[in-house]
Amino acid sequence: MKKILLSASALVMGFSLVALAQENPAPSRDGGYGLGRTALPEEIAAWDIDIRPDGTGLPVGEGDVWTGEEAYVDYCSACHGDFGEAVGRWPVLSGGFGSLDGEDPVKTMGSYWPYLSTAWDYIHRAMPYGAAQSLEDDEVYAILAYLLYLNEVVEDDFVLSNENFAEIALRNEDGFFLDNRAEVELPLFSQEPCMSDCSDPVEITMRAAVLDVTPETESDEAAEEEAAVVEEETVPVATGPDPELVAAGEAVYRRCSTCHQIGESAVNRTGPLLNGIYMATAGTREGFRYSPAMSGAGEDGLIWDDENLAAYLTDPRGFLRGNRMAFQGLRSEEEIAAVIAYIRANGGE
Amino acid sequence: MADDPNFSSSRRKFLGGAAVAGGALASGKLVHAQAASPDPLITELQPWQQYLGPGVDAAPYGMPSPFEAHVVRRNVPWLTADAVSSVNFTPLHELEGIITPNGLCFERHHGGVAEIDPGMHRLMINGLVDNPLVFTMEDLLRFPRENRTYFLECAANTGMEWRGAQLNGCQFTHGMIHNVVYTGVPLRLLLEEAGLRTNAAWVLPEGADAAAMTRSVPLEKAMDDCLVAFAMNGERLRPEQGYPIRLVVPGWEGNMWVKWLRRIEVGDEPWHHREETSKYTDLLEDGQARRFTWEMDAKSVITNPSPQAPITHGPGPTVITGVAWSGRGTIPRVDVSLDGGANWVQARMSGPSLDKSMHRFYYEFDWDGGPLLLQSRAHDSTGYVQPTKDQLREIRGENSIYHNNSIQTWAIDETGQAENVEVG
Repeated sequence: MKKILLSASALVMGFSLVALAQENPAPSRDGGYGLGRTALPEEIAAWDIDIRPDGTGLPVGEGDVWTGEEAYVDYCSACHGDFGEAVGRWPVLSGGFGSLDGEDPVKTMGSYWPYLSTAWDYIHRAMPYGAAQSLEDDEVYAILAYLLYLNEVVEDDFVLSNENFAEIALRNEDGFFLDNRAEVELPLFSQEPCMSDCSDPVEITMRAAVLDVTPETESDEAAEEEAAVVEEETVPVATGPDPELVAAGEAVYRRCSTCHQIGESAVNRTGPLLNGIYMATAGTREGFRYSPAMSGAGEDGLIWDDENLAAYLTDPRGFLRGNRMAFQGLRSEEEIAAVIAYIRANGGE
Repeated sequence: MADDPNFSSSRRKFLGGAAVAGGALASGKLVHAQAASPDPLITELQPWQQYLGPGVDAAPYGMPSPFEAHVVRRNVPWLTADAVSSVNFTPLHELEGIITPNGLCFERHHGGVAEIDPGMHRLMINGLVDNPLVFTMEDLLRFPRENRTYFLECAANTGMEWRGAQLNGCQFTHGMIHNVVYTGVPLRLLLEEAGLRTNAAWVLPEGADAAAMTRSVPLEKAMDDCLVAFAMNGERLRPEQGYPIRLVVPGWEGNMWVKWLRRIEVGDEPWHHREETSKYTDLLEDGQARRFTWEMDAKSVITNPSPQAPITHGPGPTVITGVAWSGRGTIPRVDVSLDGGANWVQARMSGPSLDKSMHRFYYEFDWDGGPLLLQSRAHDSTGYVQPTKDQLREIRGENSIYHNNSIQTWAIDETGQAENVEVG
């Protein structure tokens, strides 16, 4: 490690000497410039959320596999699948053991990730997607316990806590080594190359056109034009909701757009498409796989009127236990009124 | 552009003209093309020659000509699950010189573009320092600044090509790169301001976006040439490039250049976070993976002609151009091959040659109208020569995703169309 760093920085220094002469580096000042202010302990505590492999940074807490499964179904399964198998091109979270040296490696926590701390840190800082840092610490422990269970690292009676965290080793911890290009590649690729008659005449062995996966420029443009037309048409004809509310709702809706599409070319994604959702019966969008809770609510006659939409958007899980929408809810009545107005004005009604 | 009706008539004329010139060359005499009738674009008064154009404030922030509307970043929708965590590509085949215009610099986000009021932005330095500090933007602008030109290349640039020729266009095969003049405060000054403890060995930059991106950077690099940049190409950073501040990590993979930078923690060990374990580690054929592969190896690509920019003018004088770069220094030399690597000639370098910056090369020749297998090969100032795809595969296999800096081949056919191919 040390050796690589030294040789790398020696190279860096060699080149920057040239640059330094031209550039006049910004000068250091003894004792500093006296700029900025001392960070308060509360401020550091709010932002310093990183976790290291030895468990440094972990908060006190715990969670078991079955609590984790419930939280996982609520917050994670819409993208990652009920068992970590993934929906669409979202990341696979389980399995892939022994696949790393094969033709199609599947890199999961169970097959590839070296440290459990990476998963705790990442889930806590960036998940659920679109509602980062909203999980309770115990929920993170529980979800992680469930993921360890899915990856056959622990049994189903396992409870993960800050106490036993450092004892959990993942399969591929020893599957990594430090960049060795300096030894393996640089000498090999630093020889004066051949300039003439280097090989027999070469032939084409593979063509990209055969695969035909390059995006079509013209159809892209057509789609963009179509989208632009849709926007122009739909915004002015929005006669129902207050235009000011609709405009305010556009920014709020961005949080929904991670999972839901709306408008002429909208399709079901992580969440169902929202065209015609206003005053529709819950759980009836064709081709979308609803939770039993949502389908059942529809069968019982739940209609997405203003009142029900507002209640659902305030507290998605509290409104309907067991539904899969991984969203924390909107805090203000203004935001809720605005986003409903936006949805209605853009194809929702 | 080739399909633009505004260009087609003049192109036809030029094709006819080039055919005449080509014949003349064969007999050893240079004869220019002759027009059969006067060009109405010259003999007739055109509207823009007669009527007044827009005044000075028609576009307070200027835009490219409407005739350049096709010069945009593009994405490959099937690559990623969602546009909020995705990538698009710089249109290298439409660019000249070495600087990437701000609106064309490729984007890669993990939680969308954070929209941050600079008055509400804070940068914290904590961890193994004598005095943990918080800076406002105003504080940062009171430190001495530097101006430096660097390329930023995503480690996954050309990553779709490991198993074979896949995408038809250098925008898609090589467009996860841009080259920008940054203005910023050396990270060294900010770390000195907080005072490093003796056991400090690593720093962890962290973003303020919904992905809260983190990477472990060794302290040697942080103290050497990293910048906390607030401007690019003379103006404040674009939101999609990390407004109001981003980290600049010269010569190293783009993922480390944390955008919307809100915090730098100083530590004694690396953190092994998601972007340096699950991602940005290079899986080799035996199932073992390289970690901390930070430096970008020397690389080049011919941008014109290429699949999105075919030769439209027929035989005769032809300009081949492209770009080259190295995370370890400058590019003193690029070689070009017209026959798939059997024979090489040295290209002509043109424009500034700066450390860890993009370089521009040209090769001018008279095309005989026959098929070509175009390749370019970069040499960097350490003596490293860009390898072939097979040389890289021999060492790394086909599963490493990242750091594919191999030689690219474009096949040109008799009509001037270009295709991404592999040769052997």
